[in-house]
Parts: sequence; C-alpha cells; structure tokens
Amino acid sequence: MLKDITLGQYFPGDTPIHRLDPRTKLLCLILFIVALFCAKWFVSYALVLALLLVAIVVSGVKLKALTKGLRTVYIIVAFTAVMNLFFTPGQAVSQLPVLNHITWEGVRTAAFMVARIVMLIMGSFLLTYTTSPIALTNALDRLLSPLKKLHFPVHELTLMMSLALRFIPTLIEETDKIMSAQKARGADFESGNILRRAKALVPILVPLFVGAFRRADELATAMESRCYHGGEGRTALHVLRYRPADYAALAAFVLLVAAVIVLRRFGL
Amino acid sequence: MEPIIRVDHLTHTYSAGTPFERSAVQDMSLDVMPGEFLGVIGHTGSGKSTLIQHLNGLLKPTAGHIYLNGQDIWAKPREIRQVRFRVGLVFQYPEYQLFEETARADIAFGPRNMGLGEEEIDRRVRDAAAFVGLEEALLDRSPFELSGGQKRRVAIAGVIAMEPEVLILDEPTAGLDPAGRELILRQIRAYHASRGTTVILVSHSMEEIARNVDRIAVLHRAGVYMTGTPAEVFARAEELERIGLDVPQVTKVALALRRRGVAVDGAVYTVEALERALLALKGGGEGC
Repeated sequence: MLKDITLGQYFPGDTPIHRLDPRTKLLCLILFIVALFCAKWFVSYALVLALLLVAIVVSGVKLKALTKGLRTVYIIVAFTAVMNLFFTPGQAVSQLPVLNHITWEGVRTAAFMVARIVMLIMGSFLLTYTTSPIALTNALDRLLSPLKKLHFPVHELTLMMSLALRFIPTLIEETDKIMSAQKARGADFESGNILRRAKALVPILVPLFVGAFRRADELATAMESRCYHGGEGRTALHVLRYRPADYAALAAFVLLVAAVIVLRRFGL
Repeated sequence: MEPIIRVDHLTHTYSAGTPFERSAVQDMSLDVMPGEFLGVIGHTGSGKSTLIQHLNGLLKPTAGHIYLNGQDIWAKPREIRQVRFRVGLVFQYPEYQLFEETARADIAFGPRNMGLGEEEIDRRVRDAAAFVGLEEALLDRSPFELSGGQKRRVAIAGVIAMEPEVLILDEPTAGLDPAGRELILRQIRAYHASRGTTVILVSHSMEEIARNVDRIAVLHRAGVYMTGTPAEVFARAEELERIGLDVPQVTKVALALRRRGVAVDGAVYTVEALERALLALKGGGEGC
C-alpha cells in the first residue's frame, strides 16, 4: 500500500544520534559522502564502513528498516554492477565464452560500486530515520543563511521544503482515503490496458488536487492570521546549539575524510 | 433469521512488523440482521472505521471472517467488487470524493461501474437524487458549485444509486449545521422505511443514534462492548459514561430525576418519552 513508502520517514527515538544537532548530522552526511567517493581501496572502504556501522548501532535503527529503503534502488545497483563487470578492460577471469568478457578489474570495480551505492543510501536513510523533517529544514535554513547576504531566498526555500515535507503524509493519507471511497463505488484500478488505467486515475486526481488547493488556501489564511510576514526578524522556537557531542561527531567525520585522502596517496 | 452480515472473530492489525504496529480491531464478533437499522457508536480509535471498511471488503481481515448472506466475502478475492456493490459504504466527508463535471455524472459513477445500461443508470440516478432531496435542476450543475449540504447529498446519492442490500454511513452528518443534520437523518430514515434495506449508521453522537436506530452496537477499545436496543443500552448509562461515551441529554435529566427520588424510567432517551413518563407520574394529566 501507499503507506509503505519510506521516503523521508522518521522513527522517533532518544539515542545519541537522535540528539545530535541536525546541522551536525547534515554536515556529517556530506563528509561521509566525500569520504565514500575518495575511497579507492579496501582499507578506505573498511574505514568508512566501520564508522557507518558505529552510527547505525548507536542510532538503534534496525538493519531491516535500512535494507528496506534499499529495495527501491536494487535495479540501479544491479545495473551498475553488471555494466562494470563486463565493460572494465583488464585481465579476463576465464577463457570460457561470455565469461571471457569479465575481468578481474571489472569484478573489483563492480564490488566497490555496489558497496558505494549501498553505503550512500544507508547513510542518507540513517539521517532521515533519526532526524525529523522539521529539524532537517531548520538545519538547512541555518546552514544556508550566509547566502542571504547574496539575496538568495533561503527562508522561502526552506519554508517551501518544510511545507512540502509536512504535507507528504497528509497527501498520502488523503489519496488512500479517496481511493477507498472510489473503490467503494466500484472503481477498478487494477485491470485493463494502460489507457483504461490512466482514465481510472481521474476519480482520484481530481479530488486530490481540489483538496490540495483548498488546504493551501486554508494554510495561507491560518499563517496570515498568525501574523506571518516572511522570514524577516523571525526567531526560532528551538534554537539550534552545538554541544560537545556535535564537535566529537564532526571531528570523527573530518578525520575519516582526512584518513581516506591520505590512504588514497598510498593507493590503499 | 439468518444475519445478513456476520462478523466472526475479526482482527485487523495496521503496519504489522513496524514500530507503528497496532490492532484497530481485536477479535470482534457482530451480527447484522436483514432490514434492521443498526447504530454503531464509539469514540475516536474504537475501531469503527476499520470495522466498516471490512464489511465491503476494502480492508482484508488479519484474522477472522466476514460473511455476507452466509458466504465468506473473501472466498473469491477476484469478485470482491461485487461485494462492494451489495454493501454500499458512504465515507466520512464524502463530498471530498466528488470529481465529475456534473452532479448527475458523479451519482452515475457507481452504477456505471456495475455495467448497467444507460436507461437503468438514468432511472437509478433520478431515484437516488429524489431520495436525498436533490432537485432535478441541481443535477446538471458542477458538484463544486453546490453548497456543503448539497455536495454531501450528491455523494450519498452516489452510493444509494448502486441500490445496495446494506447501506453503511460513516458520520453522515459531520460538519453540517443542525438543520442540515436533521434533513440528512430524516432522508436516511425515509430510505430505510421505504426500501427495507439494512442500514448501518456510524456516529459518535448519542442523540443522533438514539433517535434513529433499532439496535446499537457500542464499540470500545477495538471490541464490541455491548449491543442492544436503545432502551437497553441507555439503561446502562453509568457504564457508558465510565468508558467515556456521552448519553443523550434527556437521559441525563431522567437519571438526575431518579437520583432525587422521582420514579421515572432511567432508560428514557427522547424528549417525547420523558414527557410521557412525567405525565404518567402526574396521573395521566393533560400536559403542562
């Protein structure tokens, strides 16, 4: 069902990872990705993986939940692996037909690519699983705030983001409800050719859009009646503040990047 | 008499296997008799909405069975749509599901999905519109131009037009003004009386349930707490209040009178009944 969509899902909790400042987590993820793409050889990959595993264990997020997020990208992973397997020049694995296109270099590149994508996705999911969407957009707002000097509409951008994120679950729920209501009147979404299926979506999309516009209108009125007038001079309810744990986490990831870059020099 | 719908040890668990797992309905059993007007009451989270979505096969039981005329509705999962035509379900705020260009076309959506001929569809649309008191002129307007109460009636007509054996309405009066509420309820009563269809009315307003139904099923914490005629159920007013449900205001008055030593029947639930009871106490006088 639609409810199983894991995009941006947040599992509330109270672990050291949950308690980290969202800015820290966002920066750590960026550093993690940099390290991942600088990694060249097993030693570096092992380092990155080790830090990721520590983060996963501390966060208390179940491994099953993380691998569930991977389900959507299996095809991309498999495609990348196969491409690398066959199209990397080098020494052939075997002289047999078909297999003689596979090279040892290809096997290694494929393995590294898969490891890279899987870790990248697990790291990103770990962030969204342990950080509420509101905290994330708050963090983005603060991190991008220097751009305000260049007249970049940071506040408007993050407000739009948080509104969009806020309404994803609402829209999913609404879609579920409308689908049920139309099914109760015998609507059939599961059979027929593409054209019939596309036509079957009209009874869902029309009420969904009407509802979205109505809700946007109500939201605008509600915001205005609470004197919202843009980001000028607005203060935050939860003021973000770096704590010792944040500095420790940032230091760990900076070290990781440094280590990976140094190892790269030595071809490890 | 055989029940038209039998709910047999129904359990439904949402989001099984995630941290959000919860049972909305737990081992629930309930019989609905043909032609009866059943009220289902319970506060938010008591499992009302989950229960009724099982009756027409929108939700599949995690455990247990739903029988329609003695047949398990999930015996042939491919024919579940036929069950939905026989058990019509009007959702809460049904006006949010309107999508067609005219009210007429929207009411015709259900009958058209049944594969009926144009003439039959036209007859059913006009019948259904008449039942909910929509004038012919309104039918060719866009549903989005109608007032809130009219939209609601278009949506209800959309289900009635399928001429289901069982009509289920989930909070049909939510968000309407008192006049609109009474109008809708009167039309549902008239529909039940003239068609003899089984009607299930879900509500959390005790007054609404008390004045309309033959039998009440009280849901509490994902199970059936009690069933009985309104008189039987409201006789246990203290119990209802303990589980957080309200009783009609007149019942409260009657209970207060009893506590002060006036021997009125504690199960009184309409103003008229209380009036009769008080007049009887006065010794059959001519009224106030």
